[in-house]
Parts: sequence; C-alpha cells; structure tokens
Amino acid sequence: MSQPLMELRDVDKFFGSTKALKHVSMQVEPGKILCLLGDNGAGKSTLIKVLSGYHQPTSGTVFFEGRPTRFATPREARQRGIATVHQDIGSIPLMSVGRNFFLGAEPAKGRWPFRSIDTRLANEVAVEQMQKFGLTRVTSGDQLVGTMSGGERQVLAIGRAMYFGAKMLILDEPTSALGVKEASMVLKMMRIARQNGAGIVFITHNARHAMSVGDTFVVLIQGEVAASFKRGEKSREEVLNLMAGGEDMSELEDDLEQID
Amino acid sequence: MKRPEAGAFAAFVITYLFFALATQGTGFISVNGTAGWLNLAAELGIVAIPVGLLMISGEFDLSIGSTVGASSMILALGTNQYGLPIWPMVFLALAAGATIGLANGLAVVKTKLPSFIVTLATNFIVIGATMGISRLVANVTSSSIVASDSAKFVFAARWGQANISILWWLLVAFIGYRILSRSIFGNWIYATGGNLDAARGAGVPVQQVKISLFIATGLAAALVGILQGVQWNSGNATYGMGFVFQAPIVVVIGGVLLTGGYGSVTGIVLGTALFGVISSGIFYTGWNTDWIQLFLGLLLAAAVLANNYVRRLALSSK
Repeated sequence: MSQPLMELRDVDKFFGSTKALKHVSMQVEPGKILCLLGDNGAGKSTLIKVLSGYHQPTSGTVFFEGRPTRFATPREARQRGIATVHQDIGSIPLMSVGRNFFLGAEPAKGRWPFRSIDTRLANEVAVEQMQKFGLTRVTSGDQLVGTMSGGERQVLAIGRAMYFGAKMLILDEPTSALGVKEASMVLKMMRIARQNGAGIVFITHNARHAMSVGDTFVVLIQGEVAASFKRGEKSREEVLNLMAGGEDMSELEDDLEQID
Repeated sequence: MKRPEAGAFAAFVITYLFFALATQGTGFISVNGTAGWLNLAAELGIVAIPVGLLMISGEFDLSIGSTVGASSMILALGTNQYGLPIWPMVFLALAAGATIGLANGLAVVKTKLPSFIVTLATNFIVIGATMGISRLVANVTSSSIVASDSAKFVFAARWGQANISILWWLLVAFIGYRILSRSIFGNWIYATGGNLDAARGAGVPVQQVKISLFIATGLAAALVGILQGVQWNSGNATYGMGFVFQAPIVVVIGGVLLTGGYGSVTGIVLGTALFGVISSGIFYTGWNTDWIQLFLGLLLAAAVLANNYVRRLALSSK
C-alpha cells in the first residue's frame, strides 16, 4: 500500500462541551476517492474544516505526506496542495471563464506601469483545460461563468484546482444540487482527477453517487466513524442503513412506495 | 448589448441628440458649448471613477463630499492663514484625503458594518471637523487661497472655455481603465465584489483590495478639492457636498451594479458625460435648471432597471 496522502489518527474536535468529532481515524490515498458519508449534523462539515486547515483538532494527529502536521490557516493548507471546492462558492458568475480560472494566480505580461493580465493566454489555457475535462460547450474564455450550468461550474472549479497542482481535493457536496446528467458530468470529472493521481475526499449524502466512484468509504454518525470499508464490501442498502443510523431504510422505502 | 456600458452609451447618444435638436442655434454643440458640459462633468468624473471601482468591489463611499471641502480648506488655511507655499499644502491635502480613505477602509473591513453607514458617518465627522478646526484657527469656514503660478497652471489652466480639470478627468479615467480592465488588481476588484468568499478562497487579499480603493477615493476627492479651490481662489468646508450622491448616481447610470461585481470605467465615464450634457443642456434650452434633478432621478430609476436587465442578458447563454 502506498503512503497515504493524509491520515487522521484518533482525531477529536470539541467546541466547548460539544463533541463534534470523536476518535476519527481515516486515510486519504493518492489516486483514490474516499467517500465521506453521513446525514446532516453527523460532523461532515467539521471534518472538512479539519482536513482543509480551517480548524485544528482538539486532540489526535493529522499526518500529511507522512508527517504530523498542524496547518495554521486554510491558506497554508492550500499552499501545501489541499484544495477545497465548495458546493456553491468557488466561481464568480459575472466574470469570464478565463478570469475565473486564473483568479489569484493571474498570468501577467508587460512591465509596470503597463503590466497587465495576459487575457489571451488565460483564456486559451482555461478553454483548453475545460475541453480536456469534457466541457466541449465552453469554447470562449470570454464567456461569463454565470452562463454555465451548475455541473459545468463544479468541473471548472475542480479542473482549476488540478491545474494549479492540488494533490488533495476536498469536494463538499459537489453533486447534491445537480440533475442526473450534470451529476454524472461531475462524477466523470472526479474519475479524471483520480487518474491524474489526486487524492479525493468526496463528501455526499447520496449513496448512489458515492457507490459509483468511491474506492473507500467512511460513514460518520454523530461525530464518530460508524463504518469504514472498501469498494464492494457493502451493498447500497447496507450503506443507506448505516447512514440512517442503523434504521432499516429499505423498510422506509417500502413504506414510501406504498404511498405512491 | 451585453456590455455593462451599453445602456449608458445608448442613453448618452439619445440625450445628446435630444439637446442638440432642442437647443438648435444656441451653441450647445459648439466648441465652447462642448467645453461647458465637459467642465461640468470633469470634477464629478474624477471622483466617480474610484467611487465606481469601489462599488464594483462591493462598497460605497459617501464621505467624498466632505473630503473635497476639507482638502480645499487645507489649501486655504495653509496658504492664507499661515502664509505657507501652496505645493506642500497640495501634498498635505492629498495626504489628508488618503488618510480619510484609509480610515474608512479600515473601519469597514474591521467592523464589517455596511460601508454606506460608515462613510455617511465619516462624511459628517469630516465636515464637522473641518468647520470646527477652521473656526478655531481662523474663525472662518471659508477662506481665500493664495496659489503660485505653477499651481494655477496645473490646477486651474483654461483654454477658451475648457478647464484643465477635463485633462485630469481623462488621466484618472485612463488610470482607472488600466487598473480595472487590464491589471491583476482589477481582476481582484471584480472578484471581491462578485463573490467575496470565492475571491478569498482563491487567495485574493480582499481586505487590501477594499482598503486600497477607499484610499484611491479619498485621494481623488482631495484632488477635486484642490482643483476647485485653486480655480475659485477659495476654500470652503461645504464644497463637494453635491458629489455625495451625484457620484454614485452617475456610476449606476454608467452600468455599475449596486450590488458589485459588474461594471466598466467606460460606462462610468459615459454616465458622468450624460450628467454633464443634461446639466448644461437644460441651461441652453432656457428651461428652469430645477428640471435637472427630475431628469437625473428618472435616469437613475431607468438605469437601475436596465442594469438588472443587462445583467440577466449577460448571464443568459449566448
């Protein structure tokens, strides 16, 4: 087994007397997709914030590339190659694809005081990358991001992180607000990112999406790891039941079907 | 039609043609008539550009008016009361403008209060302080300015009817355009106003962006105070009060979204030019100049509606 990109060992996170995370251990491996499953309030957001350097664990250790690490700020985590793509933030609708893609790392040309953004280069690279990731509809870097669909924007955000050398991608519910086609576009993008060697943490409460791309799975319930298993070890029903906290989801589904 | 300045351009052309036809034979379209409306637009235009950039970054500045007055009073008290040469006073006035801007920026960024209210407070604080201090040291709230020939040339030269402030306006517009449309900092301005969290997430120093623009606005307002002071040979704490709302109005007419994230310097310039044409055009028609306010109000209402429409158009697929 290759060295994990990031490893959490017995991590606790308390806010006052509230225990948001209890004894969480997990491994993010390069070239693998780890699905983080859990219902609302299970501690997913807190865990993301620990992974992305926003929170420091109360106790326990975070290893990054084999070394115990304490990120002081999200910026430090970002500089070390940990990119977080949030559900709805991450793109700026009224800016062009090229300008969005290079935001914060704009290519420049010319000398001061006439130093300016190399818009042509930015647009070219952005469109080239978008095409590579399967967004064939985007043909001009001048197109405003707001004209793109939700799925396309997720792909743009993930592609952007990959282009700037992210080793680890934290994807916070990237598919939950999307339709079927759009979601599959994003799932495809995740496979491409995995092929390129990125370690991916895919946060979702959609078991179907998780099962279609995940290599390993961690189910979180009330801040604790309720189950941790590999692809193929559990069926979709079992996963659903786990997420629901052990209640039998199939029974609930049967009930629902009877209503129809 | 998808560009932010499209509406302002159309409105400018229509309004200009309207006044050109309505004032036939009065010299509105002559060189002197043109210089007339450009003069009216120039000083407003100088403050409107940084105010517009600031609005694109998501913030307001209503303290510009009192900064103009404070700057003119610094020249007046310095040169008249204390007999100091004018150039050091010019730099002191600019420094004061930058300081007011810095204070606004820090207050807004640190308190996270709406800049609308923070800078409205600054506006009263600055005008109050200017009047109070002027009364204390000279027992006046307006006073004459003693300018050297070089200062008179740089800030108050006149060719025919045209003031040198028109050139200053062009210069500020050019710098504003380079910054907003071409520079990396410009990209940050759009991003800061377009989606603050995303901008911060991408590593844009959003606080510095805002503070810099507040400083730029203070500097521009101080420059206008200097221009007006030297031109009219006097300083007055109440100079510039008209700009407080005129500047945001022409910025919005120029196609900048009130909510930030969208707009252009070309649009702001056209919005300001439109203001000049209306203010001067009404005078040429011989109508009562009270109508200017009505026109501006209607234009503002139309612009806000049009901006929303242009924004939706820009976001629709091609």
